Amino acid sequence: MNIVVLLKMVPDVVEELEVAPDGKSLNAEFLRLIVNERDAHALEEAVLLKERHGGAVVAVAPEAPEVDEALFTALAKGADRAVKITGFTSDFSTRAAAKLLAQLLPRFLPADLLLAGCQAIDDVDGQLAAILAHELQLPYLGLVTQVKLEAAGRATVTKEFAGGVRGEFEMTLPAVLGIQAAEKPPRYIPVAKVRAAMKTQKIETVPAAGAPAAALVEVLQLAKPEAAGHAEMLTGSPAEAAGKLCGILLERGVL
Amino acid sequence: MAGNVWVLAETWRGQVSETTYELLALGRELAAELGVPLQAVLLGHQVKSLTPQLGAAESVVLVDHPALAEPALEPYTYALAQLVKARQPRCLLVPLTNISWEVLGLLPAALELPCANFCRDVRAADGKLQARCLLYGGKVEATAAVSAAPALFGILPGSRPAEKGRGEKAPAVEEVPVELAEAARVKFKKYLEPEAGDVDITQQTVLVSVGRGIQNQDNLALAEELAAALGGAVSGSRPVIDQGWLPLSRQVGKSGASVKPKLYLALGISGAPEHQEGMRNSELIVAVNTDPGAPIFAIAHFGVCADLFDIVPALTEEIKRRKASRAA
Ligand SMILES: Cc1cc2nc3c(=O)[nH]c(=O)nc-3n(C[C@H](O)[C@H](O)[C@H](O)COP(=O)(O)OP(=O)(O)OC[C@H]3O[C@@H](n4cnc5c(N)ncnc54)[C@H](O)[C@@H]3O)c2cc1C
Repeated sequence: MNIVVLLKMVPDVVEELEVAPDGKSLNAEFLRLIVNERDAHALEEAVLLKERHGGAVVAVAPEAPEVDEALFTALAKGADRAVKITGFTSDFSTRAAAKLLAQLLPRFLPADLLLAGCQAIDDVDGQLAAILAHELQLPYLGLVTQVKLEAAGRATVTKEFAGGVRGEFEMTLPAVLGIQAAEKPPRYIPVAKVRAAMKTQKIETVPAAGAPAAALVEVLQLAKPEAAGHAEMLTGSPAEAAGKLCGILLERGVL
Repeated sequence: MAGNVWVLAETWRGQVSETTYELLALGRELAAELGVPLQAVLLGHQVKSLTPQLGAAESVVLVDHPALAEPALEPYTYALAQLVKARQPRCLLVPLTNISWEVLGLLPAALELPCANFCRDVRAADGKLQARCLLYGGKVEATAAVSAAPALFGILPGSRPAEKGRGEKAPAVEEVPVELAEAARVKFKKYLEPEAGDVDITQQTVLVSVGRGIQNQDNLALAEELAAALGGAVSGSRPVIDQGWLPLSRQVGKSGASVKPKLYLALGISGAPEHQEGMRNSELIVAVNTDPGAPIFAIAHFGVCADLFDIVPALTEEIKRRKASRAA
C-alpha cells in the first residue's frame, strides 16, 4: 500500500486575519500558518492505512512558511518520505496548484492512493483532489471518512452525506480521495519527536515545473464579510453577563 | 440555449433538496439581471414527477437514465458535461453540499471551466459574473470575478430564503437523451444510516453546543451541567465529534443535524459556514467566544466576548439560583 498525501499550509483562523494593503491578499506578517485541518486528517488516514497494510507514505507539500516543521511532523507521525515543492506561488488558484502537482506526482508513483483534504479553507476556485484525479485520469471520491482495502486493486470507501447518513462505495485503485475525517483523530506528536526527526531525517525538495496555469477566477478584493446583523453584546464581569443573559432567557420564556 | 442561467436541481433520496429552491431564488435574480431565461437541470432516474416543483425556473432540462438512479458520481458528471458542452449556458449554479460535492469538483476539471467556491451571492457586473465567497471559515469574504462562460458556482446553503424559489406553475420540460455507461470505477453500494443516539438533538428545545474552545473531553462536564440546569442537551461542532468527545449523533452542521431549538447556546464555536448551516434557524442564538471577530457573532442574537470557562460556571450558578428562589 503506497500512499501519497498532499499537505497545504493555511492561516490559522483562530487568529485575526488582516487584509493586506493590496486589498486582495492577507497580510502575511500577522499570519500563523498551520496544516489545513482536512489535510491533517488525510495524513492520519494514510498513516493508519500503512500501519494496517504495510507500504510507504510520501507527504508532499508546496513551499510555504512553517512547511518544514509540518513536513518533519509528518515524518515523526509515520510518513516515510517528505517532499517540498519549491517555486510555488499560487496564492489562490487551486486549479493551477493541482495542475502543477499532477505533473510532478508521477515521479512518486506508483501509489495505490493519493489523499488530500476534501477542501481547504482558501480554495476559492475548485477542489484540488478532484482536479488532480481528472488530470491523472484516476477515480475520485470526496468527503471520505473510511477506507477499507479489499482484494487486489479495490477498496470500500465511505463518504459523508448529510444528517449523519453516509454512503458506501466500491472503488478501483489507484484512486484519489478527498478526506473529510480520518478514522481516528490525528495523533498528537510531542515536540521532542519532531526535533528527533529534524536531526535524523531529510526533506527532499523538488522544483515546480513550468509556469502556473492561468487563473480562471480572479480575486478582486478581500474584506471582512458583510453581515446583515450582529449580536447584541452583553458586557460586564462574568457574573454580570450571566445575570443579563438569564434576564433575556426569562423574558423569552426559555427559563 | 446558449447564455442561460442554469441551476442544478439536486435530489436526495428521491426528493428535491431544500437548497435547490434557494439556488432557484438566486438564479432568478441573476437571470433577470442578465435578461436571460432561468433553467433548472434535473438528472436522475424516474424523476420526471419532480419537475412541477421546479416552477421558479422557466423550464427544466431533464435527463432520465437508469445509470443515474443512485448517487452515481461519474455518470452524473459525464451527463452534465455533455449538456453543458452542447448548450453552453452562461453559468451553472451548483449547491455546495455533500451530495453535489464530487460534481462540483469534477465538472470544471473535465471541461476546463472556471469554478468559484463558497459563494453566498452571484451578480452580473461589468460584463462579468461576480461572486461573493466566504473563505477562511467565514472570516474573510472574497469578491471573485469570472469572465469565461460557461462558469460554475458552488453556492453555500442559505444564500436565499427557500420560499422565494418555489414557483406556482409547472415549468416546461425538455427531456434530453444522453448516452451513458454504468458507473465503472466508483460504484455506489449502500447508504449507512446514522446510529440512533441517546438523545435526538433535533427534538430539543435547548441545546448547549460546544466547539473546539472546550479544549478537552473532561471540560464537557461544564456544558452538561449547564444543559441540565436549562433542561436541554449538549451538542457540538465537527472538531468535538472528530476528536471523539461526543458521538456523531450530536453533530450540528453540514454533515450532521440541522437544529432549530428555542435556544442555541454556542460555546467556543467560531461559526464556520458549515456549522451555521445546521443552526442558523434557531429561535434564539447566544454565543460565547473570546474572539470578537468570530463569525458566529454575525448571526447570534446575543453574544458574550469572554472566556467560556468564566461564563459557563457563572451562568449555571445564576440559573440554579433563580430556579431555587422561584421554587421557594
Ligand atoms: C464538507 C465539510 C463539512 C463540514 N461539516 C461540518 C458540520 O457538520 N458541523 C461543523 O460544526 N463543522 C463542519 N465542518 C467543519 C467546519 O468547516 C469548521 O472547521 C468547524 O465548524 C469549526 O469548529 P469550531 O468552531 O468548534 O472550531 P474553531 O473554528 O477552531 O473555533 C473555535 C472557537 O473557540 C473560540 N475559543 C477558544 N477558546 C475559548 C474559550 N476559552 N472561551 C470561549 N471561546 C473560545 C475561538 O475563538 C474560536 O472561535 C465541515 C467542513 C467541511 C469541509
